[in-house]
Amino acid sequence: MLTEFGKIFVFIILAGAFVGIAIFAAMLIRPKRPSHEKDLIYECGENPEGSPWVKFNIRFYVVALIFLIFDVEIVLLFPWALVYKTFGFYGFVAGAIFLLVLFLGMAYEWRKGDLEWARPKINRLELNKLLEKKEQQVS
Amino acid sequence: MYDFLVNLVGNNIVAFFIAAALPLFLFILPYALLAVLAERKVSAHMQDRLGPMRTGYHGILQTVADILKLIQKEDLRASSTDKSLFNFAPYLVFMGSFAAFAVLPFSSFFIGSSIDVGLFYFLAISSLVVAGILMGGWSSNNKYSLLGAMRSVSQIISYEIPTAVVVLTMVMITGSLNLHTISDQQTAFFWNWNILGGTLPGIAKFLLIPLMLGAFIIIFISTLAEVNRTPFDIPEAESELVAGFFTEYSGMRFAMFFLAEYANMLAVSFLITILFFGGYHSPLGYLGNTLGVEWLVPIEQFFWFASKGLIFVLIQMWLRWTLPRLRVDQLMTVCWKYLIPYSIAILLLVGLVTLI
Repeated sequence: MLTEFGKIFVFIILAGAFVGIAIFAAMLIRPKRPSHEKDLIYECGENPEGSPWVKFNIRFYVVALIFLIFDVEIVLLFPWALVYKTFGFYGFVAGAIFLLVLFLGMAYEWRKGDLEWARPKINRLELNKLLEKKEQQVS
Repeated sequence: MYDFLVNLVGNNIVAFFIAAALPLFLFILPYALLAVLAERKVSAHMQDRLGPMRTGYHGILQTVADILKLIQKEDLRASSTDKSLFNFAPYLVFMGSFAAFAVLPFSSFFIGSSIDVGLFYFLAISSLVVAGILMGGWSSNNKYSLLGAMRSVSQIISYEIPTAVVVLTMVMITGSLNLHTISDQQTAFFWNWNILGGTLPGIAKFLLIPLMLGAFIIIFISTLAEVNRTPFDIPEAESELVAGFFTEYSGMRFAMFFLAEYANMLAVSFLITILFFGGYHSPLGYLGNTLGVEWLVPIEQFFWFASKGLIFVLIQMWLRWTLPRLRVDQLMTVCWKYLIPYSIAILLLVGLVTLI
């Protein structure tokens, strides 16, 4: 007998085998006539220009970092969600404090503008004040 | 169900493979055939067009013709791609989306694997798709693919947080991670469904109803974004990125990505069904119980489960032709500034309500 996770493994093997067989079956039927044009990567019919491995926006990295923190938090909260009722109100407060600490971190990110995708705009009023100050210093 | 199959075939291992093959060949493939056609017909009629009409009566054989075409297509792979990763990506994406079906109870009779961490496993295994997408996009050596993959991954991981928080909320209410147990708690009639407060006693049930509605809306939006459907389809926005992360794929490999996308749509619809709408349980009671025919009950349960799931798939298609596509910054704003704070607020309120 297989364990319950063994049954899941059978599902995964079957999915892999299905993709393999489908691609293999297509390999028997499909034509193969390679040419120079077919060997190029697709760029709307033009010749590819430069390397595709371009520099990326740092925002993607920041999003991944914030996601990591939240995901670990949620993983740690799953056992709490199953048992907090047995501890009554104090059990709930313990989890709530845990969440609140995380939320403070998120509020900090929010305030610093790390949740904005577009670059945060310079505040017009503050900019004018800075310019006035500079003018006064010059004069 | 496994006992029944072992008796029928006489061999354990063969029986397990048959049990795993049943949802794939009896359900997902016919569903994908129908859903691709339905998508084209629904979109056509919403735009006052006819859609495919030539193959078969009103074009019902269109998907079959498409598959025949895809099988005959030449498999193009540029020599500048990373060969092993490029070949492995479709396997990983399809494995991730199909393995999620292993823990879904199709009826009280059929469940692939009744593990006690079912919900947790579901969230974990569907993240495998992210790795496959990044693999495919990066190895393609194509600008569109790489941009599409990066957008797709950042979108999927962002929207995974509201999904996981809502799932956590449901775990707090049901006190179980086993999808079979969660479905069985919502038995009898539709007022025991979790969207209507579940089986909590007294005033708590009524306090829970608005919270559950909010949680349902949040998980619906975030799972819609997780499967890259419009209005959250910027990873494969046709007008700017050709086809997103699978631009370089052709023929059968492309078909596998497509199949995985539709399987994913169905898997998240089933997750919503199980968490909020009673899983395989009938809203009105069973004909089999009234007539005293016991074998009819699992069939009815399967009918209810499938129809609830397919209704959500239909709503996803409907939304595709109703709402315009979001911009990248709007997408991130919706997730980080609205869905996550609201879902955490709902989680805390539910925690208070369940303690009454």
